[in-house]
Amino acid sequence: MRKRRSRAPLDYLGMPAMKAWLAGVFVFLYTPLFILIMFSFNNSKANIVWKGFTFKWYVKAFENTQLREALFNSLLIAGLCTVISLVLGALMAFVFWRFKFPFKGTLESGMSLPIVVPEICFGVAVLLFFARIGFPTDLPYPFNLTQIILAHVTFSFPFVGVVVRARLESFNNELEAAALDLGASPFQAFRDVIIPHMYPGLIAGGLLAFTLSLDDFVITFFASGPGTITFPVKVYSMVRFSVTPEVNAASTIIILITVLATILALRAQTRPAKET
Amino acid sequence: MRENDTIIKIENVTKKYGKVTAVDQITLEIPRGEFFALLGPSGCGKTTLLRMLAGLEMPSEGRIIIDGSDMSTIPPNKRPVNMVFQSYAVFPHMSVFDNVAYGLKFDQVAKADQYGQVMAALADVKLDHLAERKPDQLSGGQRQRVALARALVKKPKVLLLDEPLSALDAKLREAMRFELAELQDQIGITFVMVTHDQDEALAMACRCAVMDRGKLMQTATPSNLYEFPANKFVADFIGNVNLFEGTLEIDEPDHAIVQSDALGGRIFFDHGVSGAGGEKMWVGIRPEKVEILKREEGSTPPTPEDVPAGCNVAAGTIRQISYLGSESVYQIDLFNGRTMQVSRPNLSRWDQEDFTWDDPVWLRWHGDSPVLLQN
Repeated sequence: MRKRRSRAPLDYLGMPAMKAWLAGVFVFLYTPLFILIMFSFNNSKANIVWKGFTFKWYVKAFENTQLREALFNSLLIAGLCTVISLVLGALMAFVFWRFKFPFKGTLESGMSLPIVVPEICFGVAVLLFFARIGFPTDLPYPFNLTQIILAHVTFSFPFVGVVVRARLESFNNELEAAALDLGASPFQAFRDVIIPHMYPGLIAGGLLAFTLSLDDFVITFFASGPGTITFPVKVYSMVRFSVTPEVNAASTIIILITVLATILALRAQTRPAKET
Repeated sequence: MRENDTIIKIENVTKKYGKVTAVDQITLEIPRGEFFALLGPSGCGKTTLLRMLAGLEMPSEGRIIIDGSDMSTIPPNKRPVNMVFQSYAVFPHMSVFDNVAYGLKFDQVAKADQYGQVMAALADVKLDHLAERKPDQLSGGQRQRVALARALVKKPKVLLLDEPLSALDAKLREAMRFELAELQDQIGITFVMVTHDQDEALAMACRCAVMDRGKLMQTATPSNLYEFPANKFVADFIGNVNLFEGTLEIDEPDHAIVQSDALGGRIFFDHGVSGAGGEKMWVGIRPEKVEILKREEGSTPPTPEDVPAGCNVAAGTIRQISYLGSESVYQIDLFNGRTMQVSRPNLSRWDQEDFTWDDPVWLRWHGDSPVLLQN
């Protein structure tokens, strides 16, 4: 007689069909990335046939000054954009959480507008805006990145705001009252009690802002002046001629950076999250 | 009482939120070193009053004076009071030690002295062995002790406690009652506690203030609140009571008689009551102050020869019994359809068998038992 394992009603992973489905989802999600990474080590100019293992595309990518420059620009923009977005987003979340004022509901919905507006519209808007106010386009490096940073902050900080706002909902107001009661000024109470509570939200929001800025193509394309180039824009221009494994190598490095950043952020997040 | 023996003086304090009046014209004095309880149903304004003492809310009218200084313009961080919050509000990202040390940072206490003071405060609440723990590694009772130590280390003139025992389980609550009362005795700081639990207030406090809908109903010692309630609300809120409507017929200095149709007759008081005659009043009788006697069908009420002089008697039938172990509570139907609650201690192991359902009984209570109450 065949032995059948008894299964609890919600134990879906006990069903072979479900296991297969789960495996299928993972294959669907990760195969493109896997192929990209695999062919970055391919000893051939074409991305089609596997010809053997090599590091030469990585060496070539590093020797490409323009690509290196673009990568550095992207990291610089993403870093600055993250810091500014964190400050603006956290303050916005705090204001919407703490205070009551006229048109609060409208303003709060407006805060998520940059999240839903199509990037292409946003890019055109940014281009028109900078042209209209006559923003100087001939600033020396690195100040010629200002336009891109401003544009990136504009669409990143609402993400930080939304995440931090959600986090603040779980704040126990008695914690702040306790800090005041123990002798802290309102600012000290904010610094010592409210910011530590925001911490997981700040990490998650910062991570969002960083990755959004790092891989943004459309808005950057419109906002960048002559002579400024970011990594996605550079990769796009390289791909227009031919997809060489050099691009694969560069992309793999970017993936590595994002994965590392995520791991670090999650690590930092686990501790304060556990205490709530 | 000397003037400087009063530590808290609340003068005509009113707190309004828009059109809602949370605290209505309260005047109260609390002497130094007292364990004082603010007691009332939820929404009566007791927590608002406590938060005004802490400075977390400001009165709309009136003033609060703590240890001789007017608190009207003093923010919470500059007041000589500290609070134990209902949720304990222990800072989750700090260790037990850092929680207790937090308040000392603002007191210009030298770093070297901080350690000793914090450890002493933790020892007072028996938590010195857990100083390095994080709050999420503590039980609810331990977290409350952290909150206590954190407030006491500041050496406040008044310690405010907001529903300190409500989140604990029954056994621990009972133990903490004694512990808090003992702690207060030991350190001699004035405690002001807010609670909706009358047992808690009666068991721990020197004096209680009973509040209802923002108004102060009565301020008295626990036994005076129970035995001499000032009005119908206090009598009803503190413990169980049988309330009957009536009108005052005879009002002499040494006795009084109330005509009560609700109870089916005249009620005799062997003490003078101060109330305007003829007005509609309430007679309150505590269940444990009524005696149950067996009644034969068709018998006459016990005459003054059978019962001590000055007693009241009513006839009824037992409808419901709840056996509670130490005592039994009987619901007795009176002839006019009203019911009366009577409790009877089970002095022997067979006592509860004396009476059973549908037994005809006489109810008898002494003339000093009932209290006359106004609405």
